[in-house]
Amino acid sequence: MKKHADIMGMPVTIEIVDAGAKEEDITVVFDYFRVMDEKFSTYKHSSEVERINRGELRVEDASKELQEVLQQAEETNQASNGYFSVYHDGKLDPSGLVKGWAIWQGAKLLEKKGYRNFFVEIAGDIQVVGKGKNGLGWSIGIRNPFVSGEIVKVVRLADKGIATSGTYLRGSHIYNPKGDSSDQIVVSLTVLGPNVYEADRFATAAFAMGEKGIAFIESLRGFAGYMITKDKRAVFTDGFEKYVVKSD
Amino acid sequence: MKKYLQITVVLGAFFLLVLIRQLRSGNTSEVQTVGNSNQSSPSSSAQATPTAGASSGTGKYKNGTYTGSVEDAYYGNLQVQVQISNGSISDVTFLQYPSDNHDSRYINEQAMPILKSEAIQAQSAQVDIVSGASDSSQAFQKSLQTALQQAS
Repeated sequence: MKKHADIMGMPVTIEIVDAGAKEEDITVVFDYFRVMDEKFSTYKHSSEVERINRGELRVEDASKELQEVLQQAEETNQASNGYFSVYHDGKLDPSGLVKGWAIWQGAKLLEKKGYRNFFVEIAGDIQVVGKGKNGLGWSIGIRNPFVSGEIVKVVRLADKGIATSGTYLRGSHIYNPKGDSSDQIVVSLTVLGPNVYEADRFATAAFAMGEKGIAFIESLRGFAGYMITKDKRAVFTDGFEKYVVKSD
Repeated sequence: MKKYLQITVVLGAFFLLVLIRQLRSGNTSEVQTVGNSNQSSPSSSAQATPTAGASSGTGKYKNGTYTGSVEDAYYGNLQVQVQISNGSISDVTFLQYPSDNHDSRYINEQAMPILKSEAIQAQSAQVDIVSGASDSSQAFQKSLQTALQQAS
């Protein structure tokens, strides 16, 4: 059973392979994402994050989900030597971490309901559980950032998370909203990890490091990375190849 | 079976290069804003402010600066401004961008990584799922297109 929804301004997909999948179980996860968006969105006036930023809510009085996210943010900040932070100009914005964390929680909700073979995706970040439709693992394509609709790599994953960070492309121009595009070498960085929360937070941190980010992923045990640069080359970690499905 | 080119990255020189680049470029700054930037919700319309006279050169667009629509990208709004010179795109500036949190502090790497390199290559295989940062780029394309429409 496969269902789509548009939540948090992003496409959400859940597919369950297990027999007897119930639509209402998928709906529960979609509703959970909507609730998380109400808490964490920096674009919703009444979200907990915005109320904290306006001084209307203290962190210690916020929901346990928000406190947990802040704790995870602190750990990620340490693990990335400060490259990852949820504070920007004194304001809280946990966007770089919440997506992966929410997907992961959604997957845990489905596991609690007894499902063993499914995936949960929000906008290209994915948690796969179980071994997919043929028992060999879920096959996942990495998008070609230069050509719409094309895939440049296929990996096969079981019980793992995958997240991709990227820049904006038009023709051969790379546009970096952070300033000087001429220095923007990394166009796309895909991270494989034990779960999508881990993959997402480290993809975010690594992308902030530029070309060095792939070396950071290499240094993390249990993670693999595939970086695509503006000259259409890829640099990948030693541990990445074992996931690759070769075309020849 | 294809063999990949294996390279061993020499960290010392690599990080020295990166450090020099970071020191030269300074801290990354926030989204650039200009006087006529539009800060409201996604339903707002695009504006055109053509600068130096009309056309064109060899490109298909009219010279000038054009502001695209505010689009809903994930975790926020996205809006671009396009500069046309000699009839083609000479620059794209972000007026609004859903914020990331990137700290440009120098990171001290301990271990020497072993990285491999290859040219990217299209794959024809069928897959269950696709991973990629395409969704923000849809908002980018939409905002860009509305700016280019005014320049046409």
